[in-house]
Formats: sequence, C-alpha cells, structure tokens
Amino acid sequence: MAIIIDENTNVLVMGITGRQASFHTKQMLAYGTKIVAGCTPGKGGQEVEGVPVYNTVREACEKHRIDASVIFVPAPGTKDAALENLEAGVKVVVIITEGVPVYDEIDIVAYARRKGAYVLGPNTFGIVSGGKCKMGIPPNQYFIEGDVGVVARSGTLTYEIVGNLTANGLGQSTVVGMGGDRAVGLTFVDVLKMFEKDDQTKAVVLIGEIGGNNEEIAAEYIKEMTKPVVAFIAGKSAPPGKRMGHAGAIIERGKGTYQGKVEALTAAGAKVAPLPFEVPALIKEALGRK
Amino acid sequence: MKMFEYMGKELFAKYGIPTPKGRMAKTPEEAEKIAAEIGGPCVVKSQVLSGKRGKAGGIKFPNTPEEAKKAAEEVLSMTIQGLPVECVLVEEKLKIDKELYMSITVDGSAKQAVMIASAYGGMEIEAQPEEYIIKKHIDPELGMHPFFARDVVRRMGVELRSPHGKEMINIIQTLYKICKEKDAELVEINPLVFSDDRVIAADSKVTIDEDALFRMKELPFVEDKSPAERAAADLGLSFVDLDGDIAVMANGAGITMGTLDTLQAFGGTPRNFLDCGGGTGREATAKALDILLGLEPKGMFINIFGGITRCDDVANAFKDVYEARGGFPVPVVIRLVGTNQDAGREILRSIGVEAFDFMEDAAKRIIELTK
Repeated sequence: MAIIIDENTNVLVMGITGRQASFHTKQMLAYGTKIVAGCTPGKGGQEVEGVPVYNTVREACEKHRIDASVIFVPAPGTKDAALENLEAGVKVVVIITEGVPVYDEIDIVAYARRKGAYVLGPNTFGIVSGGKCKMGIPPNQYFIEGDVGVVARSGTLTYEIVGNLTANGLGQSTVVGMGGDRAVGLTFVDVLKMFEKDDQTKAVVLIGEIGGNNEEIAAEYIKEMTKPVVAFIAGKSAPPGKRMGHAGAIIERGKGTYQGKVEALTAAGAKVAPLPFEVPALIKEALGRK
Repeated sequence: MKMFEYMGKELFAKYGIPTPKGRMAKTPEEAEKIAAEIGGPCVVKSQVLSGKRGKAGGIKFPNTPEEAKKAAEEVLSMTIQGLPVECVLVEEKLKIDKELYMSITVDGSAKQAVMIASAYGGMEIEAQPEEYIIKKHIDPELGMHPFFARDVVRRMGVELRSPHGKEMINIIQTLYKICKEKDAELVEINPLVFSDDRVIAADSKVTIDEDALFRMKELPFVEDKSPAERAAADLGLSFVDLDGDIAVMANGAGITMGTLDTLQAFGGTPRNFLDCGGGTGREATAKALDILLGLEPKGMFINIFGGITRCDDVANAFKDVYEARGGFPVPVVIRLVGTNQDAGREILRSIGVEAFDFMEDAAKRIIELTK
C-alpha cells in the first residue's frame, strides 16, 4: 500500500526548468516516478527530460490529472508557487525549497488545511514510497521496497539511516520528510497515524532532533500504536541556546532537550537508538527477525 | 537577526507604540545633550545583544546631564559577555507603577503565531507559574482583530475602558502588524510599564526572520554572528562554534548533528557544527573547508551523504583546497556516499585519498588519527 504517494501518483514538477529541478526530474524519472507535467511561468511549450512544461498549474491540470506536486522554486517565490498548486486542487504538495520566510510557511500551511491537502516541507528532502514513487531529492539507490515506515524532520540524516536499513536488508514502505523548518505542513502524529493504518508498514522509524516539542507530542500517540516504533534523536551533543542549522533545532529555556525527548519516547514504549547505525538492529529485534 | 533595544524602540515608535523619551548615543557628550533635553532623572542603558545587562552593571541611573555623561563614559568602555558596548540608550527614568509582559512569537507546533502575555512582567517572567501566563494563538487566515486584543487585556485583569486598557488594545494589534510587516519572528516588550495613566514599552526585543531579510532591505543591519559564523553565513552555510578539536563538515543539519553525536560517543570532541548541505557547489564548499582549516583544528572530518549535494562537487572542492595548500596540515578523513558517488571517489583517488563508506568507521578513524 504505502502512504501518501504510490505507483499511480501523477506528479507535477514546479520550476522544472531550473538547474536543480531538471537534474532531479531525471533522477525521479529513473526511480520510476510518473512525472506527467512541469510548470515554469513563461516557459510553457518546452520539454524537460521529455516532460511537457506549462505556464500555470491550472493549465497543466486541464491536460493531466495531477495528484501531487514537488516545488523547486527559489524562496521568494515559494509561497506563490505553493498556493497556486493548492488552489488548483493538488492534494499533495512537497516543498523542497529552504530559506522560506516563516510567515509565508504559516500561510501555506493554513491554506493547505482549508483545502484538505498535505504539505511536506518547506525544507524537506521529499517523500519516497519504496520502489514505487519518489518526489524530491534523495539518492535513488538507497531506497528499496519493504515494510519499514520512516518519518523524519531532517534529510541527510534520513539517508544515513535508510542507507543503514537497506544495507541490512530492511526495505521501506514510505519514507516521509516533514521538513526541517519550524512551520511545516505535517506533524509526526499525522504520519504515525497513516503508518498505523497502512497494511504494508510493519514497523516505524522516527527520526527527530532537539528543539520544539514534536517528539514529545508523538510519544503520546505512540502509546496507542500497535506497531513498534524505533527512534533516533539528533543533537545529543548540542549546547543549549545554539541553533543547529534547522530553525527548530535549538534548546531554549531548558525545553526540547535530548534527554526530555528520549524519556518521553521510552516511556511511550518506543526504542531509542543512541547512534544512527544502531537503528536496523532495533527494528529487526522489534520484528523478531535476524 | 536580533535588533538592538534602541532599534526595536524606534520601530515601536514609528508604529505608534509609546516608548520612553530619549534616544541612542555613541559618545558621552551626546548622552549629556540628550539628558539635558529630557531634563530630569535618566536611564543610561548599554546596547548589546545579550541579556543580563543590569547584573553586569550596564544600566545606570544618573540624575543630571553631567552624571549622564559620566555614566555613558563608563558604560561605553564596558564589555558585556564578550561583547564591547558601542552605544548607549539615554532615556527618561520612568515612574513605574506596574510591570507587565507582552510578546508575539512563532509556535512551530501549532504552525501559527502566538501572543504571550502576563500581568506580572519584569525580571522574573520566566519564573512565573503557568496560570499567570496567557497564551493565545493567532489564526493566520483570520488575522488580528480588536476582539482578540480585548480578550487578552481582559485575561490580564485590566479594565477595558480604562486608559491602560485602551492603550494595551492598540499595542497588541500593533505588535502583530509589526510581526507581519517586518517578518519579525519575535517581538517582545518586557516590561510593559504602567506609569500613572501612561502605558509604555520600557524595553524591546525584536528578532527579524533571517530568511525574510531579502525583502526587509530598509531595516538596519545588525551583526549578531562571530567571524567564522559570518564567513559561513556569507556562503549561505550554517556554522556554530563548539569547544573541541576535530573540525566537522557535513551536509544537512540533521546529519551534522548526528555526526557530532557520533564523534562524541566514540570519545572525540567536535570543534564546530558546519552544515554545507542544500546543494552547496564546488567553490563555496572549498571556501568552507578553508574556514575549517583556519580554526587550526587537530583534524578534520567530512561526512557527506549526497542528495541534492553532489559527491563530485565536494570531491572537487576537496581537491582544490588540497592542491592550493600542497596537502593538508592536519589529518583529514572523508566519508563520501550518495549522488554522483563514483565520480566523486574517482576524483579523490587522483590525489591518493580513499573515502569511507560508513560514518562510524570514518568517525573512529579520525579520532585515532588525532589522539
């Protein structure tokens, strides 16, 4: 089954004519993603990697069924691009762009809620349903089909852990990047609920980091889950008051600490891996595999 | 980007939030002149981007212009928490009847802005029990309206029709306007002071969203970073000073944190956090390597799992720096996997460097080499 996207998802690439977008369009196509359209205002009529380019999202929607969009436009234009896709009725919008102003993010997320759409990001690597569909920028070769669901705030740390899972023969149902910014579209709980319902997913890896209270809120829901959850929390060695790259990754006023998150998750029945490469062994243990 | 108190107050004044009489001074003479204009007891406040100014002696209460000059002279020669005082704010000394608290910030969990207020402001705000702290989220689609402000004022226990209440209703709405128009991720007034019938912002803390600076060109620039942080920021990268001896570069905030955690778990100590993710190209990566070597670490650990970052870009940058310097002065370990991995490794082999496959092996190796 997988969650959010699968082999039948028709994808639009926003900003497809840009350097990063065209490179990753090629990579996504190679993974098997059904990219049916691209959109760059003023560049309609061209083709990128054989994909037709349209001037507006509405125009693309007149010619194709668009289930999901992946946005590669620069930060100043991201809000406009995201709203254009949501307004056109696209139900899954994946925003790769980093450096989007936080009040723009708040507006995007609020509008998505009203439209009943999912927003991943901003500042996400994207989403991969193992062997079926990839939207975003992760390297193809590490993402294989299987029964482990992965949900994360951070991109490359996810590659690290998924790479370890794959090297240990553990494929993935869906790997979801929520994004590293403060105001992103999904929460851990939103995604955990989807994994709990998904037939293909047998266990879940939650990749969190210091700062905020998302992991603590997730712990409350994990108590109710029937599927095992293994977590890794980045930032154990981070000093308080220093922002570790992500807008959210900062220990402020003694809140959002590594210790607090580990305690909440452990009390909820999740297993916490002290280091990234210790995740696969804990998943195997939870699933009773060798 | 944090703003100095006086800049925040100038912003408040421009938007109609009452602030104390006075302004910023860079010399004792200017301070004396401003105090004479105010014509009574004053406050001379050091302008640095750190808290605890009072405890450090950076706030003085002169009674005459001559005393103000002397106070400014003293404060301008101070260093507070490593930051030299370059200017002071000279203001009227307020008669304080009551101190309150007000701020608007972004709540990432709720994905909304949130108003935080308390009838008990001042130095001890963080020690106030939860029941004295009012939190009210601002629905972005609804925006700010008078009813929202009235409800906050009511919960603060202030009579709506009183002079205080009326002014506070204005201030609350104005704070949100500043947040939206100036992309402020924090506006804080602590304390908000009742002085007879007046309500006055006796302090200001304003932080502008760095990601929005591109559209906030009219705001004054404030340097709130260390030299290495600034050098990295100019390359679009994020750097944090730490106190160990192994310089670290990785691509992505999460993996960089994970790299620091792994080093520490194996007994190493990281010198820094440097995230060069997000598709940083060859040239910027090379400059980032130079920043790290400039820290004079005992060793350098590069951990790349390429997604949007391409391994060949990183390898070429590595080679550029290696060749420009005729080798590295300290042991260097590189782990390189992901997008364009084979091309990247080929480039490294051309200068006799073999990349690692796994982070844990690489982390152990750099610790061995720097012991």
